[in-house]
Amino acid sequence: MAAHNLKHALFCAIITLIIAYPILGFNLVASGTNIILEGATTQTVISVLLAAVVVFLFQLFRDNIMALLGKAPALNPLANRQPMEQSRRLKLESTILTLIIIGALIWPFFVSRGSVDLATLVLIYIMLALGLNVVVGLAGLLDLGYVAFYAVGAYTFALLSQYYGVSFWFALPIGALLAATFGLVLGFPVLRLRGDYLAIVTLGFGEIIRILLNNMTSLTGGPNGIGGIPDPTLFGMEFGRRVKEEGNTSFHETFGIAYSSEHKIIFLYLIALVLAVITALVIRRLMRMPVGRAWEALREDEIAARSLGLSRTSVKLSAFTIGAFFAGFAGTVFASKQGFISPESFVFLESAIVLAIVVLGGMGSQLGVILAAIAVTILPELAREFSEYRMLIFGAAMVLMMVWRPQGLMPMRRIHIELEKQE
Amino acid sequence: MLEVQNLSMRFGGLLAVDQVSLDVQEHEIVSIIGPNGAGKTTVFNCMSGFYKPTGGKILFEGNEVQGKPDFRISRLGMVRTFQHVRLFNRMTVVENLLVAQHRHLNTNLISGLLKTPGYRERERKSLDRASYWLDRVGLLDLANRDAGNLAYGQQRRLEIARCMVTEPKLLMLDEPAAGLNPAETRDLNLLIVSLKEDYNVSVVLIEHDMSLVMDISDRINVINQGRPLASGTPDEIRHNDDVIKAYLGEA
Repeated sequence: MAAHNLKHALFCAIITLIIAYPILGFNLVASGTNIILEGATTQTVISVLLAAVVVFLFQLFRDNIMALLGKAPALNPLANRQPMEQSRRLKLESTILTLIIIGALIWPFFVSRGSVDLATLVLIYIMLALGLNVVVGLAGLLDLGYVAFYAVGAYTFALLSQYYGVSFWFALPIGALLAATFGLVLGFPVLRLRGDYLAIVTLGFGEIIRILLNNMTSLTGGPNGIGGIPDPTLFGMEFGRRVKEEGNTSFHETFGIAYSSEHKIIFLYLIALVLAVITALVIRRLMRMPVGRAWEALREDEIAARSLGLSRTSVKLSAFTIGAFFAGFAGTVFASKQGFISPESFVFLESAIVLAIVVLGGMGSQLGVILAAIAVTILPELAREFSEYRMLIFGAAMVLMMVWRPQGLMPMRRIHIELEKQE
Repeated sequence: MLEVQNLSMRFGGLLAVDQVSLDVQEHEIVSIIGPNGAGKTTVFNCMSGFYKPTGGKILFEGNEVQGKPDFRISRLGMVRTFQHVRLFNRMTVVENLLVAQHRHLNTNLISGLLKTPGYRERERKSLDRASYWLDRVGLLDLANRDAGNLAYGQQRRLEIARCMVTEPKLLMLDEPAAGLNPAETRDLNLLIVSLKEDYNVSVVLIEHDMSLVMDISDRINVINQGRPLASGTPDEIRHNDDVIKAYLGEA
């Protein structure tokens, strides 16, 4: 083993000690009005030392371990098979997708309320991630403030319903369009920016929106948020036990079935499902259209794209606007699902998670992004017992993914176009 | 069709291009040659709108275009290639050609989302044009490869094809033969002449390969240290003493 590795490993082990000991080793204990600093228990000290040893050994033999990891994909028996013919693959894919969607339609009637609720959240994240995929994955514009558009959608519905009694179905297009307008407005100042600079400006924009919502107390209720956001109705039928709005009827009475609070949850899930499918289909279509190709061309080489007559302004703005539109969609559904929103739901972490979904799934790949959205939303719920270590596990999973499959779960596949020879 | 009058470009204290004039008639191949750093590419960048020239005029078909944004100039029919190939590497070869035609396409979102007959017709036409040009430059079999995976010579040809699908009137080629082997250079030679003869495109060419330049140029402009040194037919340039001293070298 090279001396270089030994030195590096020692360094890493010491860093581990320096970081881990103060964080895990010292406890602040309140005694009366004072706070006392307590030293670590022997057990903690031992585990910290053990961790340092593990880090040391890992770094020492890193090359070997990484080589082993590199071999792991070779164990996958499917890795080397021939790719399927495009026409057959498309047929297979559409069959499977149809089956999945039918399954998703029936599934909520047989499972618990909690699962359906979680699934609705997953669908909201799918909408968000598909929208961000347009901005980051296709157009290559790193947007760290995406949650702002989500907030715009949610608050549009909340405010409209609070002040004007607007229903979900009216608020849905308004919220999405307003979010799109915000996307357009943000697009203008950042037209000339790329990469890091763009990331910083969008990050700032996301914070501005959140802080505005937090401080415009008279309008938004500030940190107290807005409650009492109505549930969606089905052709004027409400899902509550009693009808809240005049002129509406209630769902269970109309159909003569017993009232169940589950109806509402399932209905919301179905709305989210339909909207997520619409989002996926629309974006899929856009990707195959001139505008989609223009996004990718801009990502690949802006100068070449401009030299061919593509206007940077319209291509970038369309990406921002369309991405924001679907975030507004997701925001409206979110507001309706929660019934209560506050600026706390729209912190930077949300942007980061949606971005993580896009990167994990594979930039530009819709199926990958959908899978990643499911994984990233459900895994933390499954790992509830370790809730304290959730972010730790999340971070570790990200690092492993980037080492193993930097291209994402399912990297984008290019469409095969059949050409006929022209005379 | 193109007239450049007293073009100047200053970067701070450096006068990169100083009073350069040149003109291109229809159906003509005009070359710009000169030592490295003479300002040839800067002239190109001014003409294609990447730089805003600090002095002088550029007239394309009688209209002043200096200082216009690059994408507008290219929509007028002046399209360029780059010294270092600039393809959309992670897109397929045919997609590269489709992107180039988007100014011809009605990019209306609704008609595309609904796949209206008019939209399909336009898509089909641009596919036909793409496959015609791929065939023309011998890349039809590679249509669905990623552009970044092509061999260098193929990338050069794809870049030219990508310009041609935009149906330009004036093609500006910046060192198209750089990095090509002699056989590929010969093919390129034939291709450029055919663009002029068969597709009625005028060509402005920056090139160091003298055999190519002397072979196909109708006229040649020589630039040295940002200043025009000489202009004339290949024969006149070959025997011009100043040019020999500054660039061609004594034989």
